[in-house]
Amino acid sequence: MALSRKNRMENELIILKLKEKFNKNILDIDNNSDILTVTVNSDVILEVIAYLKIDEELKFEFLTDLCGIHYPNSDLPFGVIYHLHNFKKNKRIRIKTFISKENPVIQSITSIFSGADWMERETYDFYGIVFKEHPNLKRILNVEYLDFFPMRKEYPLEDPTREDKDNRYFGR
Amino acid sequence: MTVSNATYIKVDPPEGYSAPGMFATRFEKVVGLARKNSIWPLPFATSCCGIEFMATMGAHYDLGRFGSERLSFSPRQADLLMVMGTIAKKMGPIVHQIYEQMAEPRWVIAVGACASSGGIFDTYSVLQGIDRIVPVDVYVPGCPPRPEQIINGFMKIQDLVGNESLRRRYSPEYKELLEKYGIKSKE
Amino acid sequence: MEINDPHIIIKPLDTDKRFNTLNLGPTHPATHGIFQNILKMDGEIILDAEQTIGYIHRAFEKIAERRPYYQIKPLTDRLNYCSSPINNLGWDMTVEKLLGIKTSKKVDYMRIILMELARITDHLICNSVVGVDSGALTGFTYVFQEREAVYEIYEEMCGARLTTNMGRFGGFERDFSPNAIKKLRDFLKRLPKVLKEFETLLSRNRIFMERTIGVGAISAERAMNYGFTGPNLRATGVDYDVRIMNPYSSYEDFDFIIPVGTQGDTYDRFCVREEEIWQSLKLIENALENLPEGKPHVDIPGVFLPPKEDVYSKMEALIYHFKIVMGELDFPKAEIYHAVEGGNGELGFYLVSDGSRTPYRLHFRRPCFIYYQAFPEMIRGSVLSDAILTMSSMNVIAGELDA
Repeated sequence: MALSRKNRMENELIILKLKEKFNKNILDIDNNSDILTVTVNSDVILEVIAYLKIDEELKFEFLTDLCGIHYPNSDLPFGVIYHLHNFKKNKRIRIKTFISKENPVIQSITSIFSGADWMERETYDFYGIVFKEHPNLKRILNVEYLDFFPMRKEYPLEDPTREDKDNRYFGR
Repeated sequence: MTVSNATYIKVDPPEGYSAPGMFATRFEKVVGLARKNSIWPLPFATSCCGIEFMATMGAHYDLGRFGSERLSFSPRQADLLMVMGTIAKKMGPIVHQIYEQMAEPRWVIAVGACASSGGIFDTYSVLQGIDRIVPVDVYVPGCPPRPEQIINGFMKIQDLVGNESLRRRYSPEYKELLEKYGIKSKE
Repeated sequence: MEINDPHIIIKPLDTDKRFNTLNLGPTHPATHGIFQNILKMDGEIILDAEQTIGYIHRAFEKIAERRPYYQIKPLTDRLNYCSSPINNLGWDMTVEKLLGIKTSKKVDYMRIILMELARITDHLICNSVVGVDSGALTGFTYVFQEREAVYEIYEEMCGARLTTNMGRFGGFERDFSPNAIKKLRDFLKRLPKVLKEFETLLSRNRIFMERTIGVGAISAERAMNYGFTGPNLRATGVDYDVRIMNPYSSYEDFDFIIPVGTQGDTYDRFCVREEEIWQSLKLIENALENLPEGKPHVDIPGVFLPPKEDVYSKMEALIYHFKIVMGELDFPKAEIYHAVEGGNGELGFYLVSDGSRTPYRLHFRRPCFIYYQAFPEMIRGSVLSDAILTMSSMNVIAGELDA
């Protein structure tokens, strides 16, 4: 979509404003992938997302996606990844935060975006990441009595108690 | 006197004695004939196979020709439970409960690969076939099966219905079958 | 499982006995798909609703971590199974973005034709089902005949009716056969008449209008806050369409209108979908007129499967085929987010690749999952029959809800 010069928002402007406001809490900036990716400290995630939404020049008013990820070999294995979108200037941004395994707690952003409600429940269901101050954090897609968090890398795909499929014939 | 040029195909009557104005046969044959041409299905459509079922019920591959024009969403009034689509472990108790609510005689057809054996979803959350929780009469494989295959399965159900003995539902083998699934028999 | 964490707040069960609780689903004739709504009602008015989903959770994201890239396509079919080609071709485009492959105009135009056909079928089902839920069964039977015509076109392209698994990375395995082009032209001649008939049945029908105007309305600010996309968002007045905002597959060559509603109620959603069908028809006609000549795929022997005659006779083709299907290609380490305009809104694929045969993480941004959250807010204060119509006009497809 061809935008006039005054409507285009450059990545450099976003990086400048974020660094100005959240100096030490911006851990990494990646300007080389398809979308500008910013890794922030998990303690300030609510302020970062609120700033991105409310600031007059940035105005990322749409939460496209919220998902989790698990890197078992790193110090902060669980990650939460937010995709935001500014319709007027047609700009997307990706915010990543990482939290530890012993205390996988992060602030919920349902007070800013109501759409984050179920997306955070899904992330809790799959990874066990607890969202502070979420109105109704319980499992959403799996059965309630499931006692493990299935998307973590240590758990297998198949149900280990099934008896009709022999693993030898399925190449596992 | 013929009013049209249509050719009529005669269906073979069941074996019996016929005379002008009367036809005598076994009671269960008559009951089977009446039941098989008026099955009221319960379409338990969960996923993609449900859309193929909607196509089967449509005007192109009309399932109403076989007597099942009236779909019953209430299990108390249905004869045939058509389970179409993936059944997850969360849904399993509900299928079981619906099956228990149906009145005898009842039949079950598992349409699609997911209902027959879990299909391509060999995961922790999918039930690997509904025959883990309810007794199934006919399996229709396919992902999704074409409407002609669903009709083929339905015709096999019609064969089963037409040839069923009146005493089958009271026999000890049937009670044992229901015991295996933890379903109390109605007698 | 006991949750002792002080950060988790769970709403306590409601023990107020003045109101009655009605359980709508999961098996219910009007909920098209299996999800449960527990409604708290005061007589006939709905005060609150609580939803339970996950009855068809098939763990797509976990399966995708196990399968090579080629073998993930049958999974994407089963997301929004009413319009499978859009999901398939969206996945193709995501992997092409990862590998840096640019497709030719011919491939792009073929993709546009198939995706718009899929969009037409999705909207046809949704609108006729809104008619069924308000009591008008005729439209449904007329419209399903047209779906059969589209199924025949799909069969010419890929052999399957519903879950199509269509296309390859870099294009298609076969061009439109002359039979397919003939069927497509017949379909383009027939559909306008059927659509006009469908519109005379429902669009200006006084009973239908009285049942749907003002029902299940949501404002544009609340819709944006929730993350609505697709016809549901366009009915509230926001003209966001991924085909215009982030054009993919040469959509920028075509000129089409985005229909937008005003109030965000059921009637607006119905009309927006109706008008989108007309726009899609125009797009297909334009793409078919201007379809360039050439091969139906780009020339990338390392990624595109070799032709079947060669696979069965030549050794290198057999080896290439095996390597490609089992995923032994050079995938770069990257993170990609690609979105396409599905029948229900922005269908996004977030792919994290670590260079191995299978994705490290694949997340589907499913539009149904995100906008169904707003359902309690939309039906608060209305009666039960309005809630049923709202639910069916939102076009909630269970496969996309649960994945």
